[in-house]
Amino acid sequence: MAMHGFRRTARDRIVLRTDDVERTILTALVLQLAELVRPDADALDQDPLAAMVGIDPFAVTPDDPALHRLFPDAYADDEDASAEFRRFTERSLRDAKLAHAGTVLASLERSGSKITLADGEAHAWLGTLNDLRLTLASRLDLQADNHESFYDLDQEDPRFPLFQIYDWFTFLQETLVHALTGLISEPPAPDAGS
Amino acid sequence: MAPVGIAPVELERPEADVVAAPDTPWITIVWNDPVNLMSYVTYVFMTYFSYPKEKAQKLMNDVHTQGRAVVSAGSREEMERDVTAMHSYGLWATLQKDD
Repeated sequence: MAMHGFRRTARDRIVLRTDDVERTILTALVLQLAELVRPDADALDQDPLAAMVGIDPFAVTPDDPALHRLFPDAYADDEDASAEFRRFTERSLRDAKLAHAGTVLASLERSGSKITLADGEAHAWLGTLNDLRLTLASRLDLQADNHESFYDLDQEDPRFPLFQIYDWFTFLQETLVHALTGLISEPPAPDAGS
Repeated sequence: MAPVGIAPVELERPEADVVAAPDTPWITIVWNDPVNLMSYVTYVFMTYFSYPKEKAQKLMNDVHTQGRAVVSAGSREEMERDVTAMHSYGLWATLQKDD
């Protein structure tokens, strides 16, 4: 993989150079993310009016830790209020994340090695890259106190390829924020995570 | 006879105390997690709340170093809107009454 990041060109466009392998991986994982966040088809059929206004009367706290991180409880210490909030917001949130993934897939499909983001697409890319990283971090059980250890993973470790992809998505997101705003994350302090 | 139809609506307002007491607002809290980038969190605070860069960076820093930061305050409805927005950006946010 060539490992280019997003950059802003002299013509003020946001561009990412990719190779075939990178686009294949990106496309595959964005498709998986879309399936993960897609609203439950059964719930959609239950009440078309509720679906139209973004209410899912059957939304419950997800068992899947990745889904729970993508759709967290809104009240830290009030289960009833969180459940009520979820019924009224999770459908719309799922639709928004699905739309972001669709935008990313559309820009991948129309592009060759050079992906030029159209106006408004950068926001969708940032959201999808973040959702992908949250999902991968959940699958890897990546925590604040074990984050650094992933850089020392043995290549034979089953988590190795997944973490390589996570790290690459981190790089893509960081360079995209920078291309948009000039902001950069400070390198972590030596005692970070303590 | 019209008032008969109006009275129950008044009685059913569940947030009557909040509406009557704007000095006890609700707050939105963003929590630290090991995934979200410092630059991205700053970007979200600047983009969604329209906070100036300095304020956005200070809030991001509070999240990063103290584990959480209060990013907005207002009515319960406003805070539910802010929490939904934070979740749409992928930040971990909750709302609560500010007591």
